[in-house]
Amino acid sequence: MESFNKFVKKKNTFLFSITAGFLLLYILLPILAFQPVLQQKVVGSITGVWVYSAGLFIMTIVLCTVYVKKASSFDKAAAAVLAEYHAKGGK
Amino acid sequence: MNLVSVGFFLGIVGLTLVVTYIAAKRTSSASDFYTAGGGLKGWQNGFAIAGDYLSAAAFLGVSGAIALTGFDGFFFSVGYVVANLVLLYVIAEPMRNLGRFTLADMLTARFNEKRVRGVAATGTIIIVILYMIAQLVGAGALIKLLFGIEYWIAVLIVGVMMTTYVLFGGMTATSWVQIIKASLLLFGTGLLATLVLIKFDFSLVKMFDTISADHGDQFLVPGLKYTSSIDSVSMMMALVLGTSGLPHILMRFFTVKDAKTARSSISWTTWITAIFFSLTIFLGFGAMHFVGLDNILAESKAGNTAAPLLANYLGGDVLMAFIGAVAFATILAVVSGLVLTGASAISHDIYGEIMKDGKLTEKQQVLAARTGSISIAIVSIILALFAQSLNVSFLVSFAFCIGASANLPVILYTIYWKKFNSTGAVTAMVTGLVSCLILGAMGPNVWSPVEGAAIFVGKPLVPLAVPAIITIPLGFIAGYLGSVLSTNKVSQEEAERVYKEIRVKANTGVSVSDISH
Repeated sequence: MESFNKFVKKKNTFLFSITAGFLLLYILLPILAFQPVLQQKVVGSITGVWVYSAGLFIMTIVLCTVYVKKASSFDKAAAAVLAEYHAKGGK
Repeated sequence: MNLVSVGFFLGIVGLTLVVTYIAAKRTSSASDFYTAGGGLKGWQNGFAIAGDYLSAAAFLGVSGAIALTGFDGFFFSVGYVVANLVLLYVIAEPMRNLGRFTLADMLTARFNEKRVRGVAATGTIIIVILYMIAQLVGAGALIKLLFGIEYWIAVLIVGVMMTTYVLFGGMTATSWVQIIKASLLLFGTGLLATLVLIKFDFSLVKMFDTISADHGDQFLVPGLKYTSSIDSVSMMMALVLGTSGLPHILMRFFTVKDAKTARSSISWTTWITAIFFSLTIFLGFGAMHFVGLDNILAESKAGNTAAPLLANYLGGDVLMAFIGAVAFATILAVVSGLVLTGASAISHDIYGEIMKDGKLTEKQQVLAARTGSISIAIVSIILALFAQSLNVSFLVSFAFCIGASANLPVILYTIYWKKFNSTGAVTAMVTGLVSCLILGAMGPNVWSPVEGAAIFVGKPLVPLAVPAIITIPLGFIAGYLGSVLSTNKVSQEEAERVYKEIRVKANTGVSVSDISH
């Protein structure tokens, strides 16, 4: 069924693009942590690595909230596809 | 060994036994035993998964590592927290929709072949044993330190307790022990962190300034433990991708009724772990500043007692006894989960499904599960007794490495790749598992020129402590090549037909086969 395939494609594109994004930001931490850029003191004695890490914590909470919101719309889309399928006489 | 310690200790034991007694009344079927009948609520499972994350290694190890090495220790905290997102975005819901009791169930939903199940179950058993030895040896050392009990008696106490929970209360008891422990741990950590913050007038900047002035700027940047990017990148990859491949965490998704509840579980876990691991900074720096590096090192070289020592400084014997009891509860909960996971692989996958073709009655399944639990517990206890003098804490990182290199590629391919087949599944798992074990065995955790620093004296052939940066790509490549090069074209058509069903089920939780045509 066309609508189902479209739904899955849309969902997977969303999931994998976000996943690639946060993994990239995450793995930059151990790479940049050894460069001067994150070793400077930013606020008082708090250095860049701590600030970047705090950023990753906040990113995790934000993306978690984003997913839960987005997933509700996926639930609705999946339900709609199933309804269409049953309407067409699927069992 | 004082009365307060004994009181807290017995309190934990008593509370968990009451929970087990109540759970035992509800544990009659195999589904009750392995997955608590799928009846956990989102917040309950969220706390329980958080409990799985927050092992003794995470609680004692991370705060100790921050106390001794500053930011290098905090790398772990970041890894554990971001790992939630991988679980949430690509693993949790399809896992719940496809599996029944174990990781192997989920894989065989697509490839109903005994070899796939056998390899997956073997991987699970290896991960469980590695993880368990590290936890039990750590437990023995910790209890010896806190209560002055002999190592072997301490290991036996933990061993008997974990076997009791699993044997009588199955997943229901294990989950509630986990929930109790996660709550206690959050409370204890929050209390310590608040007490540390009071000393710094609730100012983060003041705390960092003090550390910088009194201990030196080297603690505020990495470099004390990890001297190069590559070693830390490899370890961070293992943490973030390995969590999604740890069988005792994956098994937790089957304890809820549907994908939606699996989703809310992980969102609870995300908040709990984010809060907990933020607090590790205060525990680590607090211990460094108030207890002092020399005092921490005098108690244990790895700094595992930094948190209890900090508790002693902040609140005397009573608080130290409480934190010690919490650490004890932490170990009990995690090893129980491991026993259950090991039993699921031995009793359900290998005995029930492979040897008996899934033709066991409900009674026989539960009996097999209990027998499996006892056998895995006995093997682990014996190994832990032999490993007393070895530094085995690194075994946990091996478990993460195998999870990331052997299990994660197979899980992702199974859910998302149409052309994946059973040959690919086997090659990916075997390659990931074997390469982790071989490269790990040639690494600095096993070989060190300094006597006593590792298991054998000699030069490590592989300079990486955690070989994940090599083994994860290997696992993915092996899965791809195995699928593409496999000569069994008849099964290819069948595999694609099954995949259509799988895709519907993974995305909707409903089994209908012709919707995706």
